[in-house]
Amino acid sequence: MNRPIQPTYTLDKVGEENFALNLGPQHPGTHGVLRVVLHMDGEYILQADPVLGYGHRMQEKIAENMTYPQALPYVCRMDYLGALSYNLAWVLAVEKLCQFEVPERAEAIRVIATELNRISSHLLWWGAFLLDLGGFTPFLQALTDRERILDILEEVTGSRLTYCYFRFGGLPSDVDEAWLTRVLDFIKEFRDRLPRYHDLVTGNVIFHHRSKDVGVILPFDAAGYGLSGPILRGSGINFDVRKHEPYSGYDRYDFEVPVDQNGDCLGRYNVRMAEIEQSLRIIEQAISAIPEGPVRSKVPKLIKAPEGEVAVAVETPRGQLVIYIVSEGGKKPYRVKYRVPSFANLSIFAKMAKGQLLADALAILGSLDMVIPEVDR
Amino acid sequence: MNISLLSVVGYLVAIAALVGLNAVILVWLERKVAGHMQFRLGPMEVGPHGILQTLADGIKLVSKQLVIPDEADKPLFLLAPIVSLVPIFAAMVPLPFSETVQAWELNIGLLLIIALGLLNTLGILLAGWGSNNKYALLGGARAVAQILAYKIPLLICVMTIIMMTGSFSLRDIAIAQKDTWNVLYQPILFIVYIITVTLETNRSPFDFSEAESELVAGFHTEYSGMGFSLFFLAEYSYMFIAAGLATVLFLGGWHGPWLPGVAWTLIKIYSIIFLMMWFRWTFPRVRIDQMLSFGWKILLPLSLINFIITAGVLAL
Repeated sequence: MNRPIQPTYTLDKVGEENFALNLGPQHPGTHGVLRVVLHMDGEYILQADPVLGYGHRMQEKIAENMTYPQALPYVCRMDYLGALSYNLAWVLAVEKLCQFEVPERAEAIRVIATELNRISSHLLWWGAFLLDLGGFTPFLQALTDRERILDILEEVTGSRLTYCYFRFGGLPSDVDEAWLTRVLDFIKEFRDRLPRYHDLVTGNVIFHHRSKDVGVILPFDAAGYGLSGPILRGSGINFDVRKHEPYSGYDRYDFEVPVDQNGDCLGRYNVRMAEIEQSLRIIEQAISAIPEGPVRSKVPKLIKAPEGEVAVAVETPRGQLVIYIVSEGGKKPYRVKYRVPSFANLSIFAKMAKGQLLADALAILGSLDMVIPEVDR
Repeated sequence: MNISLLSVVGYLVAIAALVGLNAVILVWLERKVAGHMQFRLGPMEVGPHGILQTLADGIKLVSKQLVIPDEADKPLFLLAPIVSLVPIFAAMVPLPFSETVQAWELNIGLLLIIALGLLNTLGILLAGWGSNNKYALLGGARAVAQILAYKIPLLICVMTIIMMTGSFSLRDIAIAQKDTWNVLYQPILFIVYIITVTLETNRSPFDFSEAESELVAGFHTEYSGMGFSLFFLAEYSYMFIAAGLATVLFLGGWHGPWLPGVAWTLIKIYSIIFLMMWFRWTFPRVRIDQMLSFGWKILLPLSLINFIITAGVLAL
């Protein structure tokens, strides 16, 4: 069974006017090494075949050959924009498997860091989506604010992109008051800057024409294709892991799950913009009610998991991530499976792109917020 | 009409210098405008405030190897940038900078510029076809598809001004606005004109044939080095001509207090160019079908109604 997987090139409607267009793997609109074979009739797309695997790194298999702490930094290489969510998911899964305790202070700091990471991911998406629509300035505006989040996270995690901050049973070290004040300062300034984003883009008539009623996903399809995250909520389904299966003490915070009924690109845009504000709220509450105490519980130096299996769901910036670990006891997991949000979210692209203009297909792809290494793993 | 060979050579050298200098300044200006709109500085390294950056880039582009794709239609591929650029030199001829500074007073100057403006699209189509690249071809096809949607409103705009002045000569049109600029009589027409020339010069938010997030680089995907820089030169020169035409048609040409005529012309031209840059760095791109329906359903009726009303007012 060594037959390579080929996309289907056969078409129902083959005429002399049609041609196949390779969108990627090197294309500014795909944000990574995603290749989509588009069968075009002029500007219209007859069929879109995403071709995956250019960035396949066997990350699940590699995790099975490593001890639990060794696999920890490697998990964060999948979704490089929301690395802390991946970090958190792996840590939570192992903690659940080995039944480690986590101090409340560590949980609060985890929430602060993860939500900051979510904002930075949404900011980059905001810029990149507008870049797909042909506006260049939003991208640099967003990066200016994202840079400040990276600085804040760098101070505690030591890295700027692929963080490995959380440890089994808590955190490597405590944060100080100065850092918390810095986060609060950022929130205050960012709240002042957020209206600018809306001035520049949200009210723009060209933006509305490009995103309204483009790429509509019906709630039925959204659920059927297993979509999650802002895309699912943009289609009117209220599901957020943070709310419905709370972890890390998310049930202690008061926040809303933004939902948009339209299911179009504008709906997904609005959901993400509202999510940024909700994340700010969560961080504020977490900082104001941060408990005192240790940040790491007593965890054995050599982690040996008991026999059993565990599944943990986490809401990453892109949707629901599930990490499933089967352990036969010992230092290494027997089987690891990541259920990544981008992979499921990409699955609906072929259906949505059909019959659309090339420009709309790229707007749709942008609104799905793909991270390709996460799809390919 | 008495023109010596020497003066013809003189004019050509002056126009060539203007085209080159204009491109150098505009590329620098564009990067500066973009930078400051995005809270950054733009080029700062070469020369004071990076003014010589374009020269350095230009030298780099010229010294690059000319790459011709294997399957390309070689003659068309090489011809395309030239077809795009050369009409600029002819189109600059009737453009008046002041009452005396003008290469050649032509009684059909306006018509000449409008006609030569079309050749830019031909260059883009040739590049799109000759490159043998699907993205380039889509870019070329888009450029042709949009021609009629903006060219007809543009022509109606120009005809309205011609009707008001009774002359095809740009100099006469400018002189007729000695007391009141046309923009005060025709504000709607001015807006239509600015939109249509933004379309004609392939500038964002109407840069369909380039559309870097959709078509990689559109019609000039396969061009590098000199070919690319010629397209660049052509784009900025067309911007200059479009802004120059706007100055003469709507903003009273060289008329203005205190400063000499040439200075006023240049100030007006570069203000309009700044406006076009402002569009580019603020707006997302319009979708091609939306632009076509905008051209046919809004720009055309608007300019036509404006034309009829103007004709009615003039007849009274």
